[in-house]
Amino acid sequence: MKENILIIGGGAAGMEAATQLHKMGLNPIIVEKSEALGGHIAQWDRLFPAFHPAKDVVEKMLDQVKGIDVRLNTEVVDIHRDNNSFHAILSNNETIDAKAVILATGFDIFKAERKQEYGYGIYNNVMTSVELEKYFRTGKDERINHPKKIGFVHCVGARDVKVCNTYCSKVCCTTALKQACEIKEVFPDAEVYTFYMDLRMFGPGYEDLYLKTQKDFDVKCVRGRVCEVSEDMDGKLVIKAEDTLFGKPLKMTLDLLVLMCSMEKNKSIDAIQQKLGVGNNSDGFMQNKDMYLGMNDTAQDGVFVAGACTAPKSLPDTIGEARSVATQVYNYLKR
Amino acid sequence: MDFGFCLSPSSHVKMDSVDLTTFNRLKETNPDINTCIACGSCTATCTAGHFTEMSFRRILLMLQRGKEDEAKKMIQHCMLCGKCTLVCPRGINIRKILLDITR
Repeated sequence: MKENILIIGGGAAGMEAATQLHKMGLNPIIVEKSEALGGHIAQWDRLFPAFHPAKDVVEKMLDQVKGIDVRLNTEVVDIHRDNNSFHAILSNNETIDAKAVILATGFDIFKAERKQEYGYGIYNNVMTSVELEKYFRTGKDERINHPKKIGFVHCVGARDVKVCNTYCSKVCCTTALKQACEIKEVFPDAEVYTFYMDLRMFGPGYEDLYLKTQKDFDVKCVRGRVCEVSEDMDGKLVIKAEDTLFGKPLKMTLDLLVLMCSMEKNKSIDAIQQKLGVGNNSDGFMQNKDMYLGMNDTAQDGVFVAGACTAPKSLPDTIGEARSVATQVYNYLKR
Repeated sequence: MDFGFCLSPSSHVKMDSVDLTTFNRLKETNPDINTCIACGSCTATCTAGHFTEMSFRRILLMLQRGKEDEAKKMIQHCMLCGKCTLVCPRGINIRKILLDITR
């Protein structure tokens, strides 16, 4: 009989790990709490750095998991270990016995209301990067009404002790520039500003995107964190920031402000994680064994991690980790 | 009557009323002025900068923050040696832009 591998989470990491394990002749079972596979990436319109449609990637991944056991609208409600196997009880009252567990539970989006000074949920024309992406996908958002001046705020909920997130969320810089170009495509007459502290263009083609943003899309990058947002009598947004390269504070009226929300750990799995004996790291994400050679391993034998549950990660990072976790699981079972 | 105190002008740059005419005119003939990443190479290598406050990256910012007069004053320190153009990692033709600003 094929050995069962329980994969918690049906996003990019879970799907890719399942695909690889299936090819290795094992029997992965994906348990996904929502009604569809795909996770956050299925909600995205286009991917940085080359504006590739996210749908293409998601469809390919969905195609690959055809024939693999998937439980949708299902959560793991209890799990316990018996020597070298795990017994999981699912919310549909099913019991699964598995030889290994992969936590691929991903991330949650930072709740922008927590940075009250940015006025999300208070002023009409403040939105999140996720909502803007939804606008690009659907073409609908009543807040976007031919804006003439648009601002992007980087590091919302990241690199900020006030919200207890001191880490960098890694993908927001590149996403901000991607979205700045895209909104300029929709509204070529608009002036677009991004307010950054550092622009972390860490991957291949990302610097090219930055150059394109400046040169072809005429997006103005201002180094300085927006410190407060208010609304004027016409319902426009008045923002304050320091232009730290110029050394002077500046004030500006905007029609639309987009908050680049960080990734936070998906806490909906905390109870199961605790039962499995996997702790958290100092950023609040899951603790892996070590960041170089043990990135997919945890303190517990047979319990593995992949994707953004251990730290903010881009899609290529996540797919790479999903593939490597499959190898780790395979080796663990063959030992 | 002088009471010995006065109102200080705001130090805020009011972006809504900044006049970008000069910058936009420059941009038409020198689209690469948008690509500055404020690395400071131009300033560090500047011959005039050793003795004055000359800084090309600041000049670009001044033009975008409504300080055109200050920018033009600063340019007077430039000796047109062109070292800034040699070191710029974005390949901006700085010497030409400086000449274009004063033109």
